[in-house]
Amino acid sequence: MTDVAAPATPRTERAAARPRKRFADREGALAWVFLMPSVVYILALVAVPFVLAIGFALSDVTTGDPSFDWVGLRNFRLVFEDPVFWQSLWNTLVFTGISMVLIVVLGKVLANILVARFRGRWVVRFLVLLPWTTPVALSAVSWLWLLDSIYSPIDWVLRQLGLLGEPGAPLGAESNLYYLGQPGLAMASVIGVHVWRLTPLSAVIMMAGLVAIPRDLEEAAKVDGAGYWRRMFEVTIPMVLPVAAVAALFGAIFTFTDMAVVDVLTNGGPNNATQVLTSWAFFRGIDGGDVGQGAAIALFLFPILLAAAIAILRAVRRMEVR
Amino acid sequence: MAVITPPGTTDTEIAALRRRYAARHVLGRMGVYLAAVLAAFVCAAPFLWSLITTFKQNRDLYNPENNPFLYNRPATPDHLMYLFDRTAFGTFAWNTLWVGVLVVLITLLLGLPAAYALARLDRPWAGWFGVAIFLVYLVPPSLLFLSLSRLVVSLGLQDSSWSLVVIYPTITIPVSIWLLIGFLKAVPRDIEEQAMVDGHSRLGAFWLAVVPLAFPGIVAVIVFAFTLTASEYIYALSFVAPTTEKVISTGVPTELIRGDVFFWQSLQAATVVVAVPIAIVFNLFLDRFIAGFTQGAVKG
Repeated sequence: MTDVAAPATPRTERAAARPRKRFADREGALAWVFLMPSVVYILALVAVPFVLAIGFALSDVTTGDPSFDWVGLRNFRLVFEDPVFWQSLWNTLVFTGISMVLIVVLGKVLANILVARFRGRWVVRFLVLLPWTTPVALSAVSWLWLLDSIYSPIDWVLRQLGLLGEPGAPLGAESNLYYLGQPGLAMASVIGVHVWRLTPLSAVIMMAGLVAIPRDLEEAAKVDGAGYWRRMFEVTIPMVLPVAAVAALFGAIFTFTDMAVVDVLTNGGPNNATQVLTSWAFFRGIDGGDVGQGAAIALFLFPILLAAAIAILRAVRRMEVR
Repeated sequence: MAVITPPGTTDTEIAALRRRYAARHVLGRMGVYLAAVLAAFVCAAPFLWSLITTFKQNRDLYNPENNPFLYNRPATPDHLMYLFDRTAFGTFAWNTLWVGVLVVLITLLLGLPAAYALARLDRPWAGWFGVAIFLVYLVPPSLLFLSLSRLVVSLGLQDSSWSLVVIYPTITIPVSIWLLIGFLKAVPRDIEEQAMVDGHSRLGAFWLAVVPLAFPGIVAVIVFAFTLTASEYIYALSFVAPTTEKVISTGVPTELIRGDVFFWQSLQAATVVVAVPIAIVFNLFLDRFIAGFTQGAVKG
């Protein structure tokens, strides 16, 4: 409390100051008044719905019959019996795991490019930011057309190069690859779009971290005669690691919880090959109207997210300590 | 760049050394440019393809034999016109805009005082409280959309854009508080103390001295919060079904595709028309976001 007079101040002055200490000056009370609206809002629209979601998962609420009846773990049992749930869980983990690694590695590369000084930097930064700043659903529409089953320009290029569309061509005799129609390619496409849209975010986080790293440390190591690889492994990587962890976990969380890409690109298909937990929960809970089962599926996101959040917290702590 | 030469090197050797360093420098610059162009191309490729598509005639577009990167028939603005004149795109854009503006206002109204309390009022619990609020940002819509859509129904807001105005601040407030803490901490304490010495209350000092100085940061938060609301998909999809109430992120993918009929050129026009302005504004504030994230993380 910087504005309160020190004990050494003469009595008269302190007495004179007292009436001026109105409500607007009382920091403790002010802090609460300032915080209360946000806290109440978050409690009402995040904490309460979260508890409600747990309640729904244990009830038989449907869109048609919103009355709340306790059914215990029935929803979970039904969800477990459905192979599509396991497929979705597996897909979610695969998408998140592979994307996370790629997002971090490419994000570091991109961050290095973005911090470099060169002419036309503004334009490059603008183009690089596009994937991240564009609403996901719209960039997914853009990809949908790029990966079209007949008119994909990628297929056209492959055909021109003789890699596709002729008997004996390395990628097959059919004239198209049907990116979103074959399970393997569809999964790769979804991962590709996630990596494409989140790499710029990861690069921005890395830039933030790189700015915070003292430059002289690496120079000191250089002066001390440490070679490139030694500097890389003993200075650069340990310094970048906490930032990279933050970028990785952000990337993971956004991939893990997103359904726009899957919804627009493949709608979970072909044959649920790209179904993820969120899209499956949406399908059961909103389209299918079984709120209880939808909530039970969505809740599976939570333990994994909690682990990720704790990991973020620890990574940030390590950044603070330094 | 100083070249350290061992004693006894001849002039020709020095010249050769110099040339080698110059060549290495040029190669390095070329590498930087090459990497930059490659990165820009990979990131922008789908949008470039969208841009080319937008102005194509149907007979040109739907012929797999044509070179897709060239205009085999004259370019036409018809499909762009169609987007604005014949589809609900204008309605979606307007809904996105006013919902976004209201959400940003609510976010600042609630988030700015909260951030100030955590950044400056010296509460001992401010540190972990800030982190706790930040963690709320990581609670994803996918976990809450089912219960929130029940909540929206009980508020009588189903199928109305107003439901989004009520719910979106749950996404924007936590992350904005986090960013604002960083920006407010960057304002020197002396300025606010001076304002208080001049007879303003703590509240007055906050409003008259701190907010104006943190204004650039606040603008950055406005841009960030608006982008977040414009990109949101799950809530918009689960709360709002009527065409006239939809926002861009759900309207474009669901309404511009009718059954199996895709209005490809108009769809692609929509993505470019939305993507470019947002990215331009965002780029203007990029350095500030980076500063905000770092302050929040490092000095938090």
